[in-house]
Order: sequence, then structure tokens, then C-alpha cells
Amino acid sequence: MAKKNPDSQVIVVTSGKGGVGKTTAVANLSTGLAKLGYSVVVMDLDIGLKKLDLILGLENRVIYDIVQVVEGECTLRQALVKDKRFPELYMLPAAQTRNKDDITAEQVVEVCKELRPDFDFIFIDCPAGIEKGFQNAIAAADKAIVVTNPEVSAVRDADRIIGMLESAEFRDIKLMVNRIRPDMVRRGDMLSIEDLIEHLCIELLGVVPEDSGVVISTNRGEPIILNDKSSAGQAFNNVVARIAGQEVPFMVLQEESFWGKLKRNFGFGR
Amino acid sequence: MIDFISRLFNKDTSSKDVARERLRLVLIHDRSTVSPELIGALKADLIEVIQQYMDIDVESLIVNLENDDDTMALIANIPVRSLKRAI
Repeated sequence: MAKKNPDSQVIVVTSGKGGVGKTTAVANLSTGLAKLGYSVVVMDLDIGLKKLDLILGLENRVIYDIVQVVEGECTLRQALVKDKRFPELYMLPAAQTRNKDDITAEQVVEVCKELRPDFDFIFIDCPAGIEKGFQNAIAAADKAIVVTNPEVSAVRDADRIIGMLESAEFRDIKLMVNRIRPDMVRRGDMLSIEDLIEHLCIELLGVVPEDSGVVISTNRGEPIILNDKSSAGQAFNNVVARIAGQEVPFMVLQEESFWGKLKRNFGFGR
Repeated sequence: MIDFISRLFNKDTSSKDVARERLRLVLIHDRSTVSPELIGALKADLIEVIQQYMDIDVESLIVNLENDDDTMALIANIPVRSLKRAI
């Protein structure tokens, strides 16, 4: 494990609401940063309901999990699963048959402390909800990425989460909007990025459009960021570049052509 | 097709505007909801300070945070039993 920077960043990815694409975001951002040569580790803290191993396609390589690490059944090094594609990417799996009470916030902080010397980025995949699992996940983090979707229920939960992060004294909280559909926004049938920023009042880190390719990449266990042609892949690449400190303009989401519009309105295609 | 025609003639507000307005109201409400613990702590502090100046009926004291659209007010009803003697 060769670190690029002397410092490490511990980033928690959270949302409040489930199913908005937290784990997908974690898998893609970590893969993207590893692709740039950073050494990255992802910690799955969704104990009892793990998904990250499947999204990264590493489910067959899991031997130990984080609960076994904190209980002293194995070493941290033994539990780390090396990625198939990038030698600088590792995953610390969650336990599937345990629950959120089987680990404490102090133990998570301890594990992170042990990981810091070896990694540039430590991502924490936070479970949905605002209970113990959430508290454990934010305990060790320096920064937070709040993931939401352009729908009222997800934005409301994001607002609650931002409030909780602020009261936990997080200074660096950024927003990532997943599953936006530019055509629906233009038609006035979906909340726009501007609407979300106006309501949530936090800095935007990235926007990822709805892309059916995500389902396919999840089926295969290959993060979509590896597919440069997909719109979601490109969007994730932009977010990765921003995390790595580059200034990247926000993607102009593909506008539908006149013919496309005509076709849709007259009932062809969709 | 029918969708297109109804869109042409229908001047209904878009669903996005409905979502925006619902979100605005729900966030105002959520953000203004104060936990009972906080109100309890405020009440205890209020009693302590006011009792230095007058004798109040602690049992029937009421403290509430009320909001009305965009404005918020802390309403307190504090029955006074007697004033302390002027020093």
C-alpha cells in the first residue's frame, strides 16, 4: 500500500433515507480514486445488511469482517479484502449476521486510526437511518458526503442528516444528487439541482443522472465508473476529480433534441 | 398523444412546483420542531432566573414555541404569586 499524501481523509457517505444510492456512490468514488493511483479503503458499516461487497464484486473474497476485527478474532490486515482490479483499493467488510450494536463508535474510531497511516482515503459506507449505525459511521469521519435524490422524501431526510452532522460539528458537508432525470426536470416534473441547493443550503459536490447502466454494472459487480461511455460513469469521474482537488465544471446534463421531444410527445419510444 | 394534448391545454401547476412548495413547508416545520428536552431545559433555567426576582407558580408555568407560517415566537405564561420586597 503506497500512500500518495501524508494526510488521510476519512469521508462518511450518508443519506438518512435508504435506497438513494449511498453504496453505489461509495463503490464508484473509491474505485475512481484508486484508478487515479490513490490508496483507498472502504469500510462497510451497514452491519447486518451489507451490500458493498456485492456492488464491488468482491463477495467471494470476504473471509473476516469488521466485527471480528474489533472482537479480536482476526487482525485488521487479515480482514481487508483486496480489489480485483486496483491493487490500491481495499474493502473492510461488514458482518451480515450481526447487528449495529455489535460495534461501538469508539471501536470504529480505533479502526480508522489504524488505517490512516496506510491510506489516502478512507470511505465509510453509512447505513440508512439516524440511529446507532449512523452515529458509529460519523464518529471517525473528517468530512461527509450527503447523498440524495430529487424527491421530497429524500430531501427531507437529507435535511435532517445535515442538521445532525452540523450538531456533531462537521465543517465539511457536501451534497451529491443521484438519479436526476434532465428530461423530467425540463418538463417541470422533477425538482432541479437549484431547488435542492436552495432548500438544503450546502455545497454541491456532484450530480449523477439516472442511468440504466447502473443496474447492469451492479448485476456484474463492476462499478459503472469503469465505463467511460456511460453518463453516470462520467458524472462519477467528475466527482472523483473534485475530491482529488481538481476544479471540474458541472456536467451539462444532456438536453433532449427537438426530434426526441416530438417522438416522446407523440407516444413513440417511451 | 393524449398526454401531449392534455399538456397543451392543461395549465395546471407542474408537479415540480407542487414538490417545491411541499418541501418548503415540511422543512420549515421540521426545522422549527424543538425537542421536548430542549424546552424542558429552557423551562428549568427560566424558573431559576425568574425566582430570583419574584415568587412564581412553578406548577402552572407554560412554555411553548409557536410558529405561524414564517414567524416563530416563544410564548410563556408564568403566573406570579407575589413580588419580592423592593431592596
